[in-house]
Parts: sequence; structure tokens; C-alpha cells
Amino acid sequence: MARRTLPILKQLCARSPSLSPGLGSTRSVTYMPRPGDGAPRPVTLIAGDGIGPLVTGAVEQVMDAMHAPVYFERFECNGEMKSVPPEVMDSIKKNKVCLKGGLMTPVGGGVSSLNVQLRKELDLFASLVICFNLPGLPTRHENVDIVVIRENTEGEYAGLEHEVVPGVVESLKVITKFCSERVAKYAFEYAYLNNRKTVTAVHKANIMKLADGLFLESCREVASNYPSIKYNEIIVDNCCMQLVSKPEQFDVMVTPNLYGNLVANTAAGIAGGTGVMPGGNVGADHAIFEQGASAGNVGNQKLVEQKKANPVALLLSSAMMLRHLQFPSFADRLETAVKRVISEGKFMTKDLGGTSTTQEVVDAVIANLD
Amino acid sequence: MIMASQIMRRLLRSQQANSPARVSSLLLGRTFSTESNPIVATLFPGDGIGPEIAESVKQVFRAADVPIEWEEHYVGKEIDPRTQSFLTWESLESVRRNKVGLKGPMATPIGKGHRSLNLTLRKELNLYANVRPCYSLPGYKTRYDDVDLVTIRENTEGEYSGLEHQVVRGVVESIKIITRQASLRVAEYAFHYATAHGRARVSAIHKANIMQKTDGLFLKCCREVAEKYPEITYEEVVIDNCCMMLVKNPALFDVLVMPNLYGDIISDLCAGLIGGLGLTPSCNIGEGGIALAEAVHGSAPDIAGKNMANPTALLLSAVTMLRHLELHDKADRIQEAILKTIAEGKYRTGDLGGTSTTTEFTKAICDNL
Repeated sequence: MARRTLPILKQLCARSPSLSPGLGSTRSVTYMPRPGDGAPRPVTLIAGDGIGPLVTGAVEQVMDAMHAPVYFERFECNGEMKSVPPEVMDSIKKNKVCLKGGLMTPVGGGVSSLNVQLRKELDLFASLVICFNLPGLPTRHENVDIVVIRENTEGEYAGLEHEVVPGVVESLKVITKFCSERVAKYAFEYAYLNNRKTVTAVHKANIMKLADGLFLESCREVASNYPSIKYNEIIVDNCCMQLVSKPEQFDVMVTPNLYGNLVANTAAGIAGGTGVMPGGNVGADHAIFEQGASAGNVGNQKLVEQKKANPVALLLSSAMMLRHLQFPSFADRLETAVKRVISEGKFMTKDLGGTSTTQEVVDAVIANLD
Repeated sequence: MIMASQIMRRLLRSQQANSPARVSSLLLGRTFSTESNPIVATLFPGDGIGPEIAESVKQVFRAADVPIEWEEHYVGKEIDPRTQSFLTWESLESVRRNKVGLKGPMATPIGKGHRSLNLTLRKELNLYANVRPCYSLPGYKTRYDDVDLVTIRENTEGEYSGLEHQVVRGVVESIKIITRQASLRVAEYAFHYATAHGRARVSAIHKANIMQKTDGLFLKCCREVAEKYPEITYEEVVIDNCCMMLVKNPALFDVLVMPNLYGDIISDLCAGLIGGLGLTPSCNIGEGGIALAEAVHGSAPDIAGKNMANPTALLLSAVTMLRHLELHDKADRIQEAILKTIAEGKYRTGDLGGTSTTTEFTKAICDNL
């Protein structure tokens, strides 16, 4: 009881007029739901390993506080399992939306990654990582506003490896026109729907002429259908170099699987780190929302024990989920509250330079909800 | 006449090779210089700004009394049928003989029917490791001030094998090959480099959680070599974590060893951290102890001949070459002079934000020696 009154007291006392008007509540004046839109929607919740339970717990608390029309169907799933349990799959296929903590992938073992398995089975062909500077969070780079859209099903992650003779191993990277085209279409559509100006394709076609060449060809074809959006191409090593020196030149980036992983993590790192960047995996029928970057990194043991994991990324991803479920007002409120907490700078976890625990940040977000 | 002097030099050097040498030089297979017998090194000035910056290097080396004699070779105008490229057989033989070389930027001629120059060098000289020491230049401010790491990249196989084919229309396969032999070779070099240069930690970068057999084999080889060097800390980092850590806190890394593709991306990322390719030294190590230092920036044809080029990258690469030859005191002197000149800020070329010419910058370095 005392734990909940303290933040409310703080809110009553500390609601200072110095809040910048941009972070004040902005209720949209042009939102009209259809009758029945407010019916509660079920969402599959996979807590995962490591810091997963901590941050998904944070999301549940915040959703509860907002009285958001979602209810979670919790499932146990951890990185050690051989494959995703069938009941989890069925639940996701029924609900079509899932929120995931992190699933750890053991290195070098005989187990194929559960994250990859989920993506392939549900055909989540595009993975988004949204990297932007949060006001109030000091970083080395300014003006970062990048969305990395990464092809999620093929490429280097096809999982086709074999030992030719002892000591010689081959891995196949598969690129198909079908997959490249649909992720390019998604990227351009995203840019079009979000009023973005430029789409950049990241590749290494000077070396892998056929494979990345096919990817580029698909991108160019789709680009011709969107004449109002600027399209350019950049080689992946030059791209990483430009990201650390001049990140403001990038807007939307579309990449094959492996480069997307690297570029997304680099972009997330320059904009504030994996603890704050939201992301999601989307397919034609299903969507899974999770922390943006850091595939498979579920934090170390110390974070779990001290309960100091950063819930901001998953909170912002859950705002993405609310928007996906067509509850824009709740999404706006959650986003505004999180941004306010970061800009005030009083409750920040260790990776952002502060000393708060997860629970303190969650309480601050709940206190800032209006 | 020239042939006779070359034969003489070869005889003299083979005589000297019989003298006792340290274990490391046996590994790298080269001889030492004496005051009377300078080391011969091949120099490819290259195109565009190449000749100007090569001249800078020669000047600085003369001023520092470095016992190196340069054998200059230029890229030919026609395709040499023996090498299938514009590099002549004599040039390659020269590098094989001298075992050290310095290469300026080369513009790849457009056209078909010949191999790219870099590919020719790599295949013919069996250059298996690319070493890039990246350290922040004091005085040239970037967003990162505490970078001090070395990236060692396997240069022959991996994703760059060039084996691609179209399976059916719209489906392409590209094959990534990892062999035990190549991975062991580059891991051996990485640990040897760490020991020789006093580095405490070697990190292997991989994606073995997804590419279990290929990167798994690479990691296994690194672990085997790590056991032979117990005084060096060895760790393994997944590449996406590595990218994240590099842009947040590059001081966490010391020596990085990686397969081909990751190495390409990470070494360029690190170059970006310290200020770009115009300031980054690079050295390619080949079988039999061959070391070919090179400047990885382009030939900048637009400022060629205008005395505006920045020779820092080629100078620092030449310093790397000196370290490979174990001429550490000369290397330290020259490196300190370069860093001091840039830190002072009075003489800086255009790309660093100053107005000096190449010759003024070079003279300032010679003065600072």
C-alpha cells in the first residue's frame, strides 16, 4: 500500500510547471473508434529467460494501471527447450499478437534458436528496430531517427550447415526474390505510411554479387513504385562507419538478415542502448513485440538478482503493440509517460547511467500516466 | 646491372639468414638489418594521391634514419598474362623476396577479363590476416576518445569465397566456408600479435548461436590456440553484442579476432570510431612472414597532385610495418612525431580541418622527430 501511495504523493507535490509542453498529454481530436473496439483483446505473453520475467512483469503492471483493454495469456517458455511448445504456438496463432521477453539461445549447442523458430513458423518476415534519441538521455550522437527493417526468415540464418570433410564446414546463405521483395515492399510501405523521406538498402553486393545483387534488384523494383520516396544503397561496412560518424543521414533502412542484425544493434547502441529501443516482428497475420535490438541477450545474472533491468524498451514495444491492436489513445499515454520519466532523469536504470531498480522505473511511469 | 645487384643482395641475405635468430623471427621467417645492410621493402605508390603520400613516407623515414631501402613498383598499363591482372609478375616476386611491402591506394581499373588488384595480391601472396590497429589520435577529436584496439580479420575464406549460384530463377545461394586450417592460422597470428605487442586480452567475435557449425568451428580453433597462451585472457563475444559495446564503450575491447565478413564490418566500424579511413593504418600478413602494409583509403583523384593529401594513414601503416620488422624504437619515434604533430594542431591537412599542404605536414613531422 505504501509503495503505491508514495509515487502518488510525489506526483501531487512534484507536478512542476517546468514540464515542456511537448511532453504534455496530447489527446488526439480526430480519433473515432468503431462500436465494440473497446472489447478486451487477448495477448500471448512469453516471459522468457533472464531479465524477461522482470520486464514483462513491468509491462503487466503498467497495463493494469492504465486499465488497458488487453489481457495476457501467460506461457512458460525458456531458451533451453528444444522447440517452442505447441500450446504456445496455438495461442499465438489464435491471438495473433504476442509480447515476448527474451529467449536465450545457447552458443554452439545442438539447439536451434527458439527466436528464429518462432519467426519462421509464424512467417514474421520483417523485424523492426526503432532507434531514436530520447530527450533527456545523453548520448554521443544527436539527431538519430532511424528505423531498421530487417528481413527475418532467410539469408544467413537459413540454418543450412554441414561438414564437408572434417575441418571444413559450409554454411548456405539463401536469398530469394520472394522474401526480398516482400520485405522491400514492407519497408517502402512503412516509409509511405509514416511520412518518411528516404529508404536505404544495405548490402555487400560488390563481393556477393548474386545474392545481395538479387536483394538490391528487388529493392530497386519496389522503389520505382514509390517515386516520392528517395531510395539509395550503401555497402554495409561503409554503412557502419557512417552510422558512428554521421547517423543523421539515415532514415529507414532495409537490409537482409545478418546485416540487419549488426546495423540494428549499432544504431540502437548509438541512440541510447538496447535498454530503450522498441521493436517488433511482423508478418502478414501475426506480430510479436519484443525488445528492439539484442537478439538473444537476456542480460547477466547480476541484473536479474538486483532487479535492475531496464523496462523502457519493452514498455515502448508494448505501446507499439497497443497501436497495432488499434488502441491509439492508450499507446499515446504510455509513450508520453515513458518519455516524461526519461526526460526528468530521476529514475533511470544502470545502463542509462542511473541507479534505480526496475520497480522504481515502473512506479515512475505509472505515476506519470494521465 | 639491376639483375646483378639483386642477385648479390639475395646472396648476402641468405648468408645472413644462417646467423642465430629468435623464435619469433623463425615463425615469421625474416632476417634482421644491420647498419650496413638495409632491409629492402617493396613500395607500391599507387594512383591518385599515392605518389605524394609515398614521398612523405620516404622523407620521414630518411629523417628518422630508418634502415630501409625502397624498391618501387607501379601498376602496369596492360594485363600481365602471368598474373591475370595489371600487377606484373615482377612486382609480386619483389614482395615475395623482400617479405615486406607498403602499398598506397590503387584505383581498380574498370573492365573485365582481369582480377581486381587487391584480390590478386591476396591470392598470390596468400595474405591470410588483415590487422588494423585503431587508436584515438590525441588532438583530433571524435566522439570517442579512448579507443585502443586491434582488429584481426581472417582474409581468405568465410563469406567472401565468391561461391554463389542461382538455384532456380529468383533463388540464389551463397556459400560460406570455414576451415580448420585457416581459422587456426589466423588465431595463431592473433595470439602471437597480442604477445608480441603486450596486449592482455583477445576476443573472438562470432555468431555461433545461429551459425552453429561454421562459427562453432572458428571458436573451437580459437579456444585451442588460447590454451597455448595462458597469460592472455580469452573471451568470446557475439557479434551483435560486440557492435553494441563498441559504440557505447570501445575501451572494453583489446584485440579482436574474427572471420571474414564480421571482420570487414567491425574493422570499418572501428575506423569510423577514430575518424575514418583516412587515418587508419592497416597491414596484411601472409604465409611465410610476408607483411604488406597498406593505406585503405581511396586514391582521391580529385585532389591528386595538389599537395593537399593527408599522408597519416600511409605513415601509420608504415609504422605498423616497422613494428612487424621489430624496429620498435624507430616505430615509436615516428608514431610519436605523427601524433604530436596532429595534437599540436598547427599543421593539419584539409581533411582534419586545417590548411597545411602535404609537404608542410611532412616537414612538421620530421621536425618533431
